[in-house]
Amino acid sequence: MAPPLFVGDVTLPLQFLDRKQSRTQSHAMLFFSYFKDLVGREVTVELKNDLAIRGTLISVDQYLNIKLENTRAVDQDNFPHMLSVRNCFIRGSVVRYVQLPPEGVDVDLLHDATRREARGG
Amino acid sequence: MGSTEEESAVKEPLDLIRLSLDERIYVKLRHDRELRGKLHAYDQHLNMILGDVEEIVTTVEIDDETYEEIVRTTRRTVPFLFVRGDGVILVSPPLRTA
Repeated sequence: MAPPLFVGDVTLPLQFLDRKQSRTQSHAMLFFSYFKDLVGREVTVELKNDLAIRGTLISVDQYLNIKLENTRAVDQDNFPHMLSVRNCFIRGSVVRYVQLPPEGVDVDLLHDATRREARGG
Repeated sequence: MGSTEEESAVKEPLDLIRLSLDERIYVKLRHDRELRGKLHAYDQHLNMILGDVEEIVTTVEIDDETYEEIVRTTRRTVPFLFVRGDGVILVSPPLRTA
């Protein structure tokens, strides 16, 4: 059997990962923090299956999972099964877009936060 | 080297996107979607916040009788849009028209 040649190589990506982790703990919170500030506002979340849900943002976590209340499907004719859904949890990975309220976007703040994050990353 | 040179140097791919901050960019997404908008924020996943966004969705339908492909593009504009990075295929800086 061939000796495990890869062992030496594996340490490298792991070191890389470690370095990344220590970095991501202090940074990589840009959109998480941003969405936390949006709590209480009305947003429209568009999912990868084309379902668009409008509702009040209740909470968000590091994966950008989203909790909405007072929800309604934007296109109720095509998604009648959503009629009775009044609040929901949306897994972050199925989100395609989130339409943001214009008054909830501070452009200068975003630029600064992005530059800070880019420097750390 | 001055700090300005450090700021503008393109050493890794994401630097190119950093230089596009506050500029209109073109984003190609999965499932034949394209966006044009002003880049306000991004992270290493290519999650982004775009402003004054135009989205173009291209759909191809097959005509029932002639079996011809009918290409349709649907456009809409959104004032501010968060885009999840996992759908992004490419990001292109603004076209220099000069």
